[in-house]
Amino acid sequence: MAIEGIGARALRKEDKRFITGKGRYTDDMVLPGMGHAAFVRSPHAHAKVTGIDASAALAMPGVDAVLTGDQLVGDGIGNLICGWMIHSKDGTPMKMGGWRALEPEVVRHVGQAVAVVVADTAAQARDAADAVVVDYEELAAVVDPVAALEPGAPQVHPEAEGNLIYDWEIGDSAAVDAAFAGAAHVTKMEIRNNRLVPNPMEPRAALASYDDAEEHHTLYTTSQNPHVARLVLSAFYNVAPEHKLRVIAPDVGGGFGSKIYIYPEEMVCLWASKRVGRPVKWVSDRTEAFLTDAHGRDHVSEAELALDADNKIVGLRVKTIANLGAYMSLFSSAVPTYLYATLLSGQYNIPAIHANVKTVYTNTTAVDAYRGAGRPEATYLLERIMETAAREVGLSPADFRRKNFVREFPHQTPVIMCYDAGDYDATLDAALSAADYAGFAARKAEAASRGKLRGIGLSCYIEACGIAPSAAVGSLGAGVGLWESAEVRVNPVGTVEVLTGSHSHGQGHETTFAQLICERFGLDSDAVSIVHGDTDKVQFGMGTYGSRSGAVGMSAIVKALDKVEDKAKKIAAHLMEASEGDIQIEGGELKVAGTDKKLSFTEVALAAYTAHNLPEGMEPGLKEGAFYDPSNFTFPAGTYVCEVEIDPETGKTEIVSFVAADDFGKVINPMIVEGQVHGGLVQGIGQALLENAAYDENGQLLTASYMDYTMPRADDVPSFSLSTHETLCPGNPLGMKGCGEAGAIGSPPAVINAITDAIGSNDLTMPATPEKVWHLCQSQLKQAAE
Amino acid sequence: MSRVSLVLNGKSVSSDVEDRTLLVSFIRDVRGLTGTHVGCDTSQCGACVVHVDGKAVKSCTMLAAQADGSEVVTLEGIGSADSLHPVQAAFREHHGLQCGFCTPGMIMSAVDMINRHGAGNLDEATIRDELEGNICRCTGYHNIVKAIKAASDQMAGMAQAAE
Repeated sequence: MAIEGIGARALRKEDKRFITGKGRYTDDMVLPGMGHAAFVRSPHAHAKVTGIDASAALAMPGVDAVLTGDQLVGDGIGNLICGWMIHSKDGTPMKMGGWRALEPEVVRHVGQAVAVVVADTAAQARDAADAVVVDYEELAAVVDPVAALEPGAPQVHPEAEGNLIYDWEIGDSAAVDAAFAGAAHVTKMEIRNNRLVPNPMEPRAALASYDDAEEHHTLYTTSQNPHVARLVLSAFYNVAPEHKLRVIAPDVGGGFGSKIYIYPEEMVCLWASKRVGRPVKWVSDRTEAFLTDAHGRDHVSEAELALDADNKIVGLRVKTIANLGAYMSLFSSAVPTYLYATLLSGQYNIPAIHANVKTVYTNTTAVDAYRGAGRPEATYLLERIMETAAREVGLSPADFRRKNFVREFPHQTPVIMCYDAGDYDATLDAALSAADYAGFAARKAEAASRGKLRGIGLSCYIEACGIAPSAAVGSLGAGVGLWESAEVRVNPVGTVEVLTGSHSHGQGHETTFAQLICERFGLDSDAVSIVHGDTDKVQFGMGTYGSRSGAVGMSAIVKALDKVEDKAKKIAAHLMEASEGDIQIEGGELKVAGTDKKLSFTEVALAAYTAHNLPEGMEPGLKEGAFYDPSNFTFPAGTYVCEVEIDPETGKTEIVSFVAADDFGKVINPMIVEGQVHGGLVQGIGQALLENAAYDENGQLLTASYMDYTMPRADDVPSFSLSTHETLCPGNPLGMKGCGEAGAIGSPPAVINAITDAIGSNDLTMPATPEKVWHLCQSQLKQAAE
Repeated sequence: MSRVSLVLNGKSVSSDVEDRTLLVSFIRDVRGLTGTHVGCDTSQCGACVVHVDGKAVKSCTMLAAQADGSEVVTLEGIGSADSLHPVQAAFREHHGLQCGFCTPGMIMSAVDMINRHGAGNLDEATIRDELEGNICRCTGYHNIVKAIKAASDQMAGMAQAAE
């Protein structure tokens, strides 16, 4: 079998268990004596809890306990926290409202848990939860982020006057004012970014147990970052001391950000399992997921772009109101600030940028990072206004972008980021060529002959991945460091186990991470296994989000491999009486260059563990660890081109072609990278055409199931044309940038730019439903007739 | 309580269950076959698709008692790690899965689709239309469609070779 190293389209090692039904997800786990939890949830968006009567529920068959917030608080369990401190422009810290895992006093969104029932079966627990009588005194609710800031709006938290969490700014407002004063043209837009629900197909779940003899807790849970979960559960929520808590995130069925956070339900299962004295399992149903998984996006922005007489950008001014929902979720504060406004320079030379961001509380589900996290919001705003400005000044959108591209690196933007490397012309050219941009006019005319409106739209995105270095994010308010860890264990027989702090929940780490080891030591991938997701097995690590597992997680593995290689070469040189510098590793063997002397990797590994004949002073064993803290963010970038055809009679948009040209730096496994892009694109297209979390004015979520929330299905989307262009990232050993979020970041503006191009009207918000598009088509037709 | 007796992946099984027990709970919780998944509770996502008497059924939509006397096949019943069904193999070959959670339903729907249309008779538009009842959040469907097309064509070739 050929060695599948860096660049190979290696088939996935993890697939066999998934395609034969042997995957191990949290809900598949069963423990002896296990009980089941069901939560009692608020039907109101905002209400005082005036009484809880559990007597009927407690008398029902199989019921062990009904636990409430008073008991939780009484046991000293801490509030949920937001782990990134943001200060307002006046220097005051963000206003964090108290968030208890079971709320004893005031509920602030529909679906908030007020009590939990533990019973023998899931059905008994559900029945009993329905029998718990909670008295509420309803309060007025606020849902819209703009309305939440108006005087007299219902107050969500006593800690945040006027519902304002922080009023933050970045950039030089005087420089921007000066740029606008001298501008030849100014484009202005109001831009909304719709609220989305992440919807990994596996709902959240938890199975907690407590061993009273050992005073030890175990939690199986659907987490993207089990070590961070353990840290937060012990250090902040006081559920258990860190060394007495094992968190296992086994196979996890997708995350997209929503499984980063430590939610009330998982914490309550841990606490309840000790209190009730049996293992407790909870599995979210889909409506609970809609009501309690952290949502994404929900921005309302005003944007202004200033151009000089040569159509060069001279300034960008942005004012954004971001809805964070009823509570500040774990990383929510960072999303509309450092993950958003720092990307507003896009791929362009913009000498002056100023952004003001106000975040607000509303009586809605908490909003936090969802695939892209801040960067889709920045890209949507910038790429919509770029396309609009090009139309206003009469330039081709491609030429206008090209005119303003950054071409010299490193490039310091006015909003913190320093781009290290890129080639934006290359990805634009590749995308335009693959999309046959030049032939669009003929296709439009042909479509018109069939009564169809055809449009084409561009999006040139940039994103920042591998959030780092730790000292820098710490200075910006992060409560954690954002490095990654790895340990490479060579067994005495020469097989290799890699323990990584990253977590795979669909990304294929078991395959791509193994490719690094195969490449380095010339081993077959069957000789390598990747271990992750268990705090008892793996050293502390930061987990997977923000497209960081390649650029940060694999860099940690490379560092550990360097140390292993170094030691193996020393041992081989000693055994073969050669100079260390002459040892070469090739095809699973350590050879002395220019001779026929060689030892297999297995022989060297065995020698390390028998320790009968090692170099003087060398410790036995062949196992090395590393922590890797990047020196900068990485900056994937690319161009997406979307072509649509619209039926003005029905308002239905069909995506007839979608082209993506991405620069992800070094690609380890092209097959897996393409899969990441496909998935991201469909989430972005879903945002642009189909998905929307809609609340009524009382705070009821109208889209709380797949009957109402429009998930993209196979017949809503096309197949894709992808290509990659490789400019290496200079900041990490492999030159990787990250590919997990690009599709979701770059695609929404391409779609909306295409639709507005087809219709000839720019007055469109996401999602571009057939109803909205039909109305726009009709008003355009009416205008044309007048 | 009802006694439910059926043939599950070729083996006769019998259990006493609450009348309200769904077929998917019977398969997962009573019989311990966890390859079939629950993703939505409203018969929308298709992660729970199994075959009942040769037809694809969303097992969260059917009571176990309704399947009494039936022949039920789950993902575990169509192939094994050593002997994959062509559709299972094609999903791996074409990277038609990422997190794996929707995969059981996707594969069972694909097998049913190929059975109904006849191997080799599926084009991209038909596959996309047929997958309307299965939601995947990871793959963007691109490679799932490719995998099903490849499996369908390969099974047609196998059928021809056998003739």
